[in-house]
Amino acid sequence: MSPRSKIFRKVVSPPPIKGFKPYGGERAEENLPLVSIQFEEYEALRLCDYDMYNHHQASVLMGVSRPTFTRIYASAREKIARAFVEARQISVEGGKVYFDSDWYHCSGCCCYFNNPEKENSIETCPLCGSKETEEYEMDSAVRETVNTRINDKCVCPACGLEIEHHPGKPCNQEICPACNIKMSRKGESVHGNRKRGIR
Amino acid sequence: MKTAITSTGNTPQAVMDSKFGRCCYFAIYNSESKSVEYLPNPYHDAEDNAGTEAVRLLAKKNVSRIISGEFGLKIKPLLDSMKIQMIVVGSPGKKIVEIIEMLNQNTGK
Repeated sequence: MSPRSKIFRKVVSPPPIKGFKPYGGERAEENLPLVSIQFEEYEALRLCDYDMYNHHQASVLMGVSRPTFTRIYASAREKIARAFVEARQISVEGGKVYFDSDWYHCSGCCCYFNNPEKENSIETCPLCGSKETEEYEMDSAVRETVNTRINDKCVCPACGLEIEHHPGKPCNQEICPACNIKMSRKGESVHGNRKRGIR
Repeated sequence: MKTAITSTGNTPQAVMDSKFGRCCYFAIYNSESKSVEYLPNPYHDAEDNAGTEAVRLLAKKNVSRIISGEFGLKIKPLLDSMKIQMIVVGSPGKKIVEIIEMLNQNTGK
């Protein structure tokens, strides 16, 4: 039986280079087989260790499940560690990915456009030059779930007091200091009916 | 900077083609020399892969953005990896000359 096919991983910004070479020392001169890092592993490392997202946020951004993301990330670190220790070249190539960029909408000329160069932010419409541009909601919906995950708050159902939510500690274990009752997550009426934001 | 606009004809008065891969002509506008080159689309009647072949053709011409009415499913990841910007014009029936005028105003500011 063939294994289950992998779903495509979203890569927002492709790496600017194709690989790394070791230098100095005797082993750098030997032609050891290179370590091949896939695009999705590069992206996982970028999201986690460069952009400082946690695994759940990064998995939403890449369009995979959290456990899958953690596996990709672990594999990236293992490969990089091997390349460092064994003085091997690193090449970034391949992988089951698709490249993506955000859509923008201009209300001046009713056009949609994307921004393939993520480093430069969009301010004016490339067609009519108007400043009436905004990010299109398709991707901002994903971003919203990511942002609300960061700004989660626990709220007291009786007095409405809000305290910052600590990841890993369920809100119903927090006790409201004023009313002395269990708190709940802000913005959630029914527990367990949570919008996951994973597509 | 070169901009490709999908066109139904090879004159400035032609209307923009709403299809990308199977458009009749590509009008390639060079904003430095203000010149327009009309390129007949060889994949106009292609059975399949018209879009991806058209992208390859335009990438060879060093186009940095493409203006069209709609793009196929395979096009966006391809253009993203080549760092080519896509602009989808919502209102149909715009003439090539009107679009070039808009681009000129934009850079003139």
